Amino acid sequence: MTYQPIRFYQTGTFTVGNRLLPDDQRSVQANMRRTNSLNSGHRACQGCGEALGARYAIDAAMEATNRQLVAANATGCLEVFSTPYPETSWQIPWIHSLFGNAAAVATGIAAAMRVKGRDDVRVVAQGGDGGTNDIGFGCLSGMFERNDDVLYICYDNEGYMNTGVQRSSATPPAARTNTTMPLGESAGNRFGQGKYLPAIAMAHDIPYVATATVAELHDLEAKVRRAMEFRGARYIHILVPCPLGWGHGSAETIKIARLAKETGLFPVLEAEGGKLTNVSKIKKKLPVEEYLRPQQRFAHLFRDPPRRDVIDRIQQMADRNILRYRLLEDVERRA
Amino acid sequence: MLKQTEGSAAVAEAVALCRPEVICAYPISPQTHIVEALGRMVTAGRLAPCEFINVESEFAAMSVAIGASAAGVRAYTATASQGLLFMAEAVYNAAGLGLPIVMTVANRAIGAPINIWNDHSDALSQRDCGWIQLFAEDNQEALDLHIQAFRLAEELSLPVMVCMDGYILTHAYEQVDLPTQEQVDAYLPPYEPRQVLDPASPISIGAMVGPEAFMEVRYLAHAKQKQALELMPSWTDEFKRIFGRESGGLTHTYRIEDADTVVVALGSVLGTIKDTIDGMREQGVRIGALGITCFRPWPTVAVRRALADAKRIVVLEKSLAVGLGGIVSNNVAASYAGSPDLVHTVIAGLGGRAITRASLHQMFGQAVEGRLEPVTFLDLDHAAVERVLAREREQRRSGPIAESILRDLGVVGARIG
Repeated sequence: MTYQPIRFYQTGTFTVGNRLLPDDQRSVQANMRRTNSLNSGHRACQGCGEALGARYAIDAAMEATNRQLVAANATGCLEVFSTPYPETSWQIPWIHSLFGNAAAVATGIAAAMRVKGRDDVRVVAQGGDGGTNDIGFGCLSGMFERNDDVLYICYDNEGYMNTGVQRSSATPPAARTNTTMPLGESAGNRFGQGKYLPAIAMAHDIPYVATATVAELHDLEAKVRRAMEFRGARYIHILVPCPLGWGHGSAETIKIARLAKETGLFPVLEAEGGKLTNVSKIKKKLPVEEYLRPQQRFAHLFRDPPRRDVIDRIQQMADRNILRYRLLEDVERRA
Repeated sequence: MLKQTEGSAAVAEAVALCRPEVICAYPISPQTHIVEALGRMVTAGRLAPCEFINVESEFAAMSVAIGASAAGVRAYTATASQGLLFMAEAVYNAAGLGLPIVMTVANRAIGAPINIWNDHSDALSQRDCGWIQLFAEDNQEALDLHIQAFRLAEELSLPVMVCMDGYILTHAYEQVDLPTQEQVDAYLPPYEPRQVLDPASPISIGAMVGPEAFMEVRYLAHAKQKQALELMPSWTDEFKRIFGRESGGLTHTYRIEDADTVVVALGSVLGTIKDTIDGMREQGVRIGALGITCFRPWPTVAVRRALADAKRIVVLEKSLAVGLGGIVSNNVAASYAGSPDLVHTVIAGLGGRAITRASLHQMFGQAVEGRLEPVTFLDLDHAAVERVLAREREQRRSGPIAESILRDLGVVGARIG
């Protein structure tokens, strides 16, 4: 990848030093010419990770495409909070059709652009984890398999937040949602086999797959830019904490996202053509408890007596990620 | 150009002449020959620039068409039966968004029990989805209706469904008059979208609409559909001038001038009905037929006018409103100035059951003599039904109904009559 890794840590903090970078590597959001594709005034909750991720991702995509961008949006929080007509926050051509078809609608737009000879116009589809992992999975897999020229962005807040916090197949084990309540012996969402969509995307051998969190927005922007250097199906999966559904403070969204990465629960990686090409290292490995404890959706694990058994199983998931994706080892970054 | 060809091939030619730009295909019988033919044309470069997309489901087919249409190109797909139901959410969505997609529905029954043969259950299940629905009587009309459908769709910015009987039309070889590209170009102007996703002029499409405006949006869908009731008849002269034949319109009447009994129907069964009427006319029976070409919007005025002098009406329909009776007959009754008791429902041809001239003759005779029940199932095997009911009375675990009936019937082969 062309992005030059820079250590943003200054005396042990996570402060981003944008001014330390050459112009072409500075964040899109730092540029006065950013498009504000998802403009202010929308109705997302305070501290919404999805709104943050979408603003950075789409502005970066706009910059990468010289503002020749069309977006298809699945039903969900992002769609609802951005377009309470007559107000719309979208400063780009944008269409919402259904919950489960954003990838297919985007395929149609991309096909139309090819027919019109508008190869310069690029297409983004976006949705939450419900619209991606669950109800939109068939259309997404079809778009991947045909290698349609679409960048699909999943804003993963690990549940159906728009309908009032219900479980999705992206909801982590033990998490409380309104359909996985920790009642009796139950510790919230049951442990299943998981449905890690980035790996499923990679299994389609599509040109580019990446994960990111809203804790590392520079990294997110770089990945969107990188995605736009490819033609064909691309997938970016962004972890976007949800203060409402996860039960953490509105000011803690970025901290929680960072903890998801630093514990190993959410691997941040890149893959090209189905092969892993880059993994963001964990800076300081933290126990999963650090991530779980600040979130009300895991509060039942920390009552008296605490559910050490459940916490241990979640730790095992993190450890497995660390091994599988070598999150702690030094691997050569792809030049 | 006159050509002896399959219905599906004729429709594929008609669609090709309309210069589609994105075609979505998902296989389901009996529409497959249409998209197969179009796929061959796209691969051969005959339709360039045109994208042919093999999608993973009918839901995706309609969704790709939605994206393509919203991005400003002419989009087409075809489906049938389960496929239409599987895409239903997107079917409503395309209408709600006002996207002029044209879709062929090769009419087929809906399961369970699974059945691939013809009836109208699929299209009529979507009668309130907001699409214009046109029904072809024969392959020439199917061909012509597709050309008219693109113009109508794009004029009103509404999607149009062209319904043709599965197998009976799609797989039948008949002589059709294939128009030239020049004729179609003269009739169908290039697509000029009312709304388009364009980076040069960004708009949001598909916003949430609350109680403050939803009624108005729905009313406009209704009002726009009704505009088709004026447009379609007004275009018939132009169509005739360019193509040299009459085609389209809202309804067709057959020998109704002095008819006491009028038979109302949709689609290819009108051919058999007309033959039967000819035979009965020879015997002095005053009987005629009304064919509904445009089912949605419902042509209330045309139907009322056609039925004004009828003393009794027989609605022969290949669909069933379970628990009520007829779907089409309810629409007819609402348009008939006389007593609804005079509107008889005859459910016929479900799942491909042959509708024979002999059965029609007998049933029409009963109608003329005032002996027809309000709701009749034509050629129903009452004994088979009774056996199932008796078994259900006798034993709790009576088994699956469909399999029980088949077992009772034994191996019968293809039953024509």
